[in-house]
Order: sequence, then C-alpha cells, then structure tokens
Amino acid sequence: MKPALKRLGHQPWLGSFIAATVVWLMTIAFTGGQGGGEILTSALSFGTFTVIVGLGQMMVITTGPGNVDLSIPATMTLSGVIAMKIMNTDEALLLIGILAALSASLVVGVANYILIRLLRIPPIIATLSSSFLILSTAISYGRGIRIKPPPSLAEFATVRYAGVPVVAVAVVALSFLLAIVLKRTIYGRTVLAIGQNERAAWLAGLNVKSVRFATYLLSALFAGICGILQSGFSGGAALNMGDDFLLSSIAVVVIGGTSVAGGKANVPGIWGAALFMYLLVTMLNIFGASPGVRLILTGVMIIAVITMAGGEKASR
Amino acid sequence: MINRRYLRAALPFLSLAIVLAATFYVQPRTMSYFGLNLMLQYAIPIALATIAQMFIITVNDLDLSIGPFVGLVGCISATLLLNDPLLGILALLACIAAYGLVGALIHIRNLPSIVVTLGLSFVWLGIAVLILPSPGGKAPMWLKAIMSYQTPWVPLPIIAAILIGGIVHVALMTSSFGVIGRGAGGNPKALQRAGWSMLKTKVAMFTIAGFFGVLAGLSLLGLTTSADAHVADRYTLYSIAGVILGGGEFIGGRVSPMGSVVGALTLALAGAFLIFLKISPDWQIGAQGAILIIVLAMRALITGGEARR
Repeated sequence: MKPALKRLGHQPWLGSFIAATVVWLMTIAFTGGQGGGEILTSALSFGTFTVIVGLGQMMVITTGPGNVDLSIPATMTLSGVIAMKIMNTDEALLLIGILAALSASLVVGVANYILIRLLRIPPIIATLSSSFLILSTAISYGRGIRIKPPPSLAEFATVRYAGVPVVAVAVVALSFLLAIVLKRTIYGRTVLAIGQNERAAWLAGLNVKSVRFATYLLSALFAGICGILQSGFSGGAALNMGDDFLLSSIAVVVIGGTSVAGGKANVPGIWGAALFMYLLVTMLNIFGASPGVRLILTGVMIIAVITMAGGEKASR
Repeated sequence: MINRRYLRAALPFLSLAIVLAATFYVQPRTMSYFGLNLMLQYAIPIALATIAQMFIITVNDLDLSIGPFVGLVGCISATLLLNDPLLGILALLACIAAYGLVGALIHIRNLPSIVVTLGLSFVWLGIAVLILPSPGGKAPMWLKAIMSYQTPWVPLPIIAAILIGGIVHVALMTSSFGVIGRGAGGNPKALQRAGWSMLKTKVAMFTIAGFFGVLAGLSLLGLTTSADAHVADRYTLYSIAGVILGGGEFIGGRVSPMGSVVGALTLALAGAFLIFLKISPDWQIGAQGAILIIVLAMRALITGGEARR
C-alpha cells in the first residue's frame, strides 16, 4: 500500500469536479452560452440539499463496510412534516418547530443505533426497517396537509446574492467544519480508524461504540436539517420529498471519492458529485432527451464515473 | 442445550409459521386452497427475485437494481415477447448476459457493487420506459396460463416455493460449483490461491442472478397480465430483506436458499396479514418495518452467543 503517494497523484474529488465542469460546458455549448449562470445557480440550490444528507451518509459509510443509512429520506420527511405543522406559518414558532423537528431526527438516530447495536441487525436492514416506521409516523402525523413554511424560513431557503444561494454558502461552511472535524478531532480520526479496521481501532483503546453512535446521530441530524430547509425551499413538506435522496445520498458520497469499504472520507468530492448529478440531468433536459434516454444516460454516467475512478485495492 | 445453529436455521420457518398462524387466526377463511393461493401468489415473483439477490449476496456484493430489472423484464415480455417471440427471447437473453458482464466489470475494476447496481437501476428503468412509456402491454397467453394454473390439493405458490428452494438448495449447497460460489464470498483469496478463477465465479453467479431476475419478471407479468416499468421498484428492498430474514449474511458467503424463499413468503404474507388486521393505511408500511425488526430481534436473541466467536 502506498496511500500517501496515491493521494498526491490521484485526488479522489478531482474527478467529480472535472465531470461537473465538462457537463456544464457541454450544456452551455449547446445553448450557445445562454443561461450558463442560471444553470449554475440552480445547481447550487438543488445540489446543496443533496450535499447536506450526503455529508451525513459519508460519515456513516466511512465507519466501515455494511454501514449505510437508508432512513435518511424518511427522516427528512418526518422532520419537514413536524417543522411545518408546529410552525404553522407562524414566525413566533419558528425556533420551536426547528427544535422539535431536530429532536425527532435525533430520536431516529438513537433508534437506528439501538437496532444496530443491541439487536445486532445489519445497518442496511435496520435503517430500512426503521425508515418504514418513521414514514408511517410522518404520514399519520402529517395527514396529507400541506402547510406553508413561515416567510422567514422560505426566505432563508431561497434567497440568493449575486446568483449564490445563502443556504449553499452556509452548507459550504458546514462542509469545511466537517472536513476539519474529520482531520483534526479525536471523533473524526476515530471514525476513519473504525472504517479502516474496527478491531484494531478497538484494541487501540478508541471508543468504537460511542463514536458509531454519534455518527448515526449526526446522519439523522443532517437529514433533519435537510428536511426543514427543503420544506422551506419548496413551500411546504411533502410525504414524498425524501424519495430522490435515498439513491442520491449514496451516489454523491461514492462518486465523490469516499470509499465504500470505509476508512476514507472525502468532503469536497460530495460537492463535485452533487453538482455533477444535477448538471447532468439539466444537460439531458436541455438536449431534449426523453425520460427513458435521460434515465439510461444518468445510469451510464454513474457507472462510467465510478469505473474511471476505479475501485480501491482490497486491503482485507 | 439446543444447538444454536439448528435454531438459527429453523428461525425463518418459525417466523413464517407464526405469521401464517396469526393470519389464520385473524381471518380463518384464508385457511383454504383459494385463500392460500390468493395470499401467496405474489410470493412467487418475490421469492425468485430474492433468490437472484441471494446469488449476488453470496459473493459479497449487493444488487440495488433487481427491482427495476424485474420491471424491465415485464416490459420486454409484455411487448417484444408477445409480438415477436424470437426477438423477445433474444432480448431476455441479452438481459441475462448483461448481468454477467456487470459481474465481470465489478470484479475486474474492483468496483463497489452498490454504486454500479445503483447506476444500473437507472439504466433498466430507462430502457423499460423507452419500451413501454406508459403502463400497458399484454402478458403472453402461456405465461398467464402457467401462473393461473390450479394444481391439485396444494396451491401453486406453495409447490413453486418448495421447487425453487429445493432446486437452488441442491445447486448451491450440495454441488461443487455451489461450494466454490460460496467460497468466493467466504474467502476470495483462498479460493484464488487454490486455483479457481474469481472472475469466472463472479460472472457465473451474476448470470444466474440475472436468470432468476428474468424468471421473477415473467412470473410477475403472468400475475399482473400487463406491464409497468415501475411495478417492481420495491422488489429491491423486498429481496434484500428476504435474504436476511432467511438467515443470510451480507458477507462471508453465508446464505440459505430455502431460508430465502421462506423469507420472501413471510414478507408477502405479512402484507396480507396487515390488510386483514384492518390497521390504518397510514401504518401499513410501519407495521411491515416492525415485523422485520421483531424477526431479526428474535434471531439476535437466538444466535446471541454465536456472534462472539
């Protein structure tokens, strides 16, 4: 193994940014330079939501093979529904709504960890089963009523300066913070260590249990934040608002260069991958591709990117 | 003390028995030929998809595209296979070959199967939408005839389940090919050093998975009689849950064909059971999640000592 050398010669996140740039250039070449800026703005707006859940998913995936959070979409929905219903378009209840929604998300994180740790259910199945329960809770609590977000939340989620959405800036800051946490804090280093070799991490005296617990909490919390922002952005919570995020939260993590085998996280790659995924769909739309062709090309692109990026050498 | 391994192997059957007993208790009229047939008919395609998933899980991969693949097979069969049988068969064979190729790609480039099959799920869905933009088409007559065939005494789904589980059990658990296949999941390095080709093994396992995926698509179409690209989207999750309910593990080549089929039956039955219980539709999905959790919690209790190695 030559991780240092490999890291220098082959920045894992570079590929996704190059891919995003190429797709964007192809799009504006087609339109003759029209709307290039607008496309970037909307890519930032929509991509930001994928990035938020992607960050949580990345932390979970980094803790090792088999770890993945499939309850993200359901948690987003639950959080959005709770936030909208409690706020009830009333500015005064904004904070209470946010607090309630995030607490509910944390409860989901705790429940996921209990299933994984105490019942030793594989994380994929544990988070899948819990997502069914969460979704039912959201359906039953939400009762299909669409309540508008309070104006200030909608404003925060949609406002942009010079084409740059405020939320995107905030999430860039969050990404930086998480990158520092990963590189410089005991928690972050432990997450990476567990992903590389759980047993070695445990033997080295690292607190494997509580770090894994914190990671599932973090993923649920990010899903909750995303749910609130998404509801603010799209004028209310919808029961299917999380649907697209199941696949995209995993796709951006892996396309962005994070190792599915765990132990190797990549924060900037998530941004590149999220922008790439959005720009790709935009390009195909502008090219006038039929829904079928659009789906096929999206799939082929995902496979092509991961094939070019290559798999990591199996170390175990 | 009872051997934990036997208990563990018996657990899927026990879960099925409990769900079945609960269903009979809530709705005694299901305790008949027609009741069972009606409740379990959709278990056939789910069981076939679960077997497909099981072959992938055997070699430590995961297939997130099996649902859309089953949908695609339905779309091909309700259009091409109906109008031009030769072309239809060729298309289905191409689908199976594609699965083998994906296995080769995943192995040669050492790619994460989750992502590759994630991408594939878009490809299958896209092709299906191109073939059949809106739900429609028609199942070939012979397919409908097979799926609605009324076997004497024992309903078709039960016979089908025993047949599927039995055949796959013999192929995977008793043949030398099966040992190599499971070995590829258990210890790929040892297998390679012993002179077996990992590439060939993976391609073979993926191809078989593709074959069972096609069977799942055909049997589902025989039941629904018309196709829809999205009809089987949930099968991805069902198939994974079925394998795990059946006692399989995600890594290590530890799977059980009979268990997987029984897991699929349990899932299909749980759906019917929840409808009979007349719980609010809001909680239908949630109750399914709860059943999954309860069964797996039971397994954790039973196998508690085993995991500590």
